[in-house]
Amino acid sequence: MYPQDFYYTKDHEWVQVKGDQALVGITEFAQKQLGDVVYIELPAVGTQLDVHQTIGSIESVKAVSEVFSPISGEVVDVNSELNNSPELVNQDPHGKGWILRLKVKNKADVNSLMKATEYEKFLEGLEH
Amino acid sequence: MKTTRLNANHKKLGAKLIEFFGWEMPVEYKGIIDEHLAVRTAAGLFDVSHMGEILITGKEALAFVQHLTPNDASRLAVNQVQYTALTTPQGTFVDDMLVYCLDPEKYLLVVNAANTDKDYQWVITHLAGFKVKAENLSDSYSQLALQGPKAAEILKPLTDVRLDEMKSFWAAWGKVAGIDTLVSRTGYTGEDGFEIYTTASNPGVIWDAILESGKSLGIQPIGLGARDTLRLEAKLMLYGNDIDDKTTVLEADLKWIIKFKKGAFLGSDVLLKQSEGGIRRKIVGFELLDRGIARPHYPVFVGGEKVAEVRSGTFAPYLKKSIGLVYLPIEKTEIGTEFEIGIRDKKVRARVIPTPFYKRNY
Repeated sequence: MYPQDFYYTKDHEWVQVKGDQALVGITEFAQKQLGDVVYIELPAVGTQLDVHQTIGSIESVKAVSEVFSPISGEVVDVNSELNNSPELVNQDPHGKGWILRLKVKNKADVNSLMKATEYEKFLEGLEH
Repeated sequence: MKTTRLNANHKKLGAKLIEFFGWEMPVEYKGIIDEHLAVRTAAGLFDVSHMGEILITGKEALAFVQHLTPNDASRLAVNQVQYTALTTPQGTFVDDMLVYCLDPEKYLLVVNAANTDKDYQWVITHLAGFKVKAENLSDSYSQLALQGPKAAEILKPLTDVRLDEMKSFWAAWGKVAGIDTLVSRTGYTGEDGFEIYTTASNPGVIWDAILESGKSLGIQPIGLGARDTLRLEAKLMLYGNDIDDKTTVLEADLKWIIKFKKGAFLGSDVLLKQSEGGIRRKIVGFELLDRGIARPHYPVFVGGEKVAEVRSGTFAPYLKKSIGLVYLPIEKTEIGTEFEIGIRDKKVRARVIPTPFYKRNY
């Protein structure tokens, strides 16, 4: 269920590194917790992000949730489809619901993140 | 946590459960948006057993109810219902509620779950001098609400109550799914619908029967999440958000539930003075003009100055826009007035619009 080539944070973001760029989104667990996503605030292209800096917020009907950058980098693209179809985050959080694309600043940032198996174990721990 | 007699039914349906004022309640099943749209287009079934029921009986039951509320309960025929409030001597709210006339000497107050104990204490405190008895029957009652354009069609085969003859804000005793109930044509969604009360120990039979009857018509179980978005689209008040002990009945734009001619009631002198002198602020509905969602407590600015906080606010699933309620200074309450709402680090434009935001057309 959780893609093997993604890295995961304790705040339920995922990052998929492809060369010197990376895609960022929130996990299946996060979208289920949120409920129906109705609004997303995306950062501007060009924004410089540090590890764990706020990317923006995702709003469901009932709540506002902050999204944090898993790695440091520069925003080179945002998923503008989410403006009109925020429900993509619920429907396909690991695919069409991607949030932004970064130019990776420091490849070593992913070393402090979890891989899929570790993240799944982490989720099991949360249920207790 | 307290549970209703339908708790097992919610768990079986895979509901997301939360704590709501000491009660374990379903906040959603399929999803808030799906559930909201189901109620607007077909039907939805709610467990509202957490609400409170206070029974007033005795020779002076009517006089007692008249003393505690702004509306005129003497207009109620047996089995008739009205929306009203428990008011403070300052003309503000202890709670909003429905009053059912069950008998010339028997009135049932149906109050908010969050306020049941407080309301019962309030009622007892004011009993002196009235030949009445007040009982808190909340724990004996279960309550279901069936709401939506298909509600009547779904309920008809299950009940001997003559729904075709039941007008809005009327009630009748009868059986639903073989169980004794009180059914009223009332609700908190802006749709046609029914609220079903029973003291039977097995309301799950009613719950299952209604879901089965409505299956082919698109009925869904509905949680508290959609209950809130539905009532907000219909501009129905939520105690704690929109009304409280600091907002008067007139400021809350509920002049229509005040009947001064019926005689004095708790707070009538303050409200009379206010109705003559004019109110200084009033609750209005707004929509956002820029992207975003306004939520309770977000700061509201007029001319750059903070004048209030959002009381209720959400993204309305049926209207597909951000709406909300706020108390604005009276001179700023005209339709079309623009103002600003602080959403995190931005100021988002908003505009006063007519309410209710949604009104059913059948």
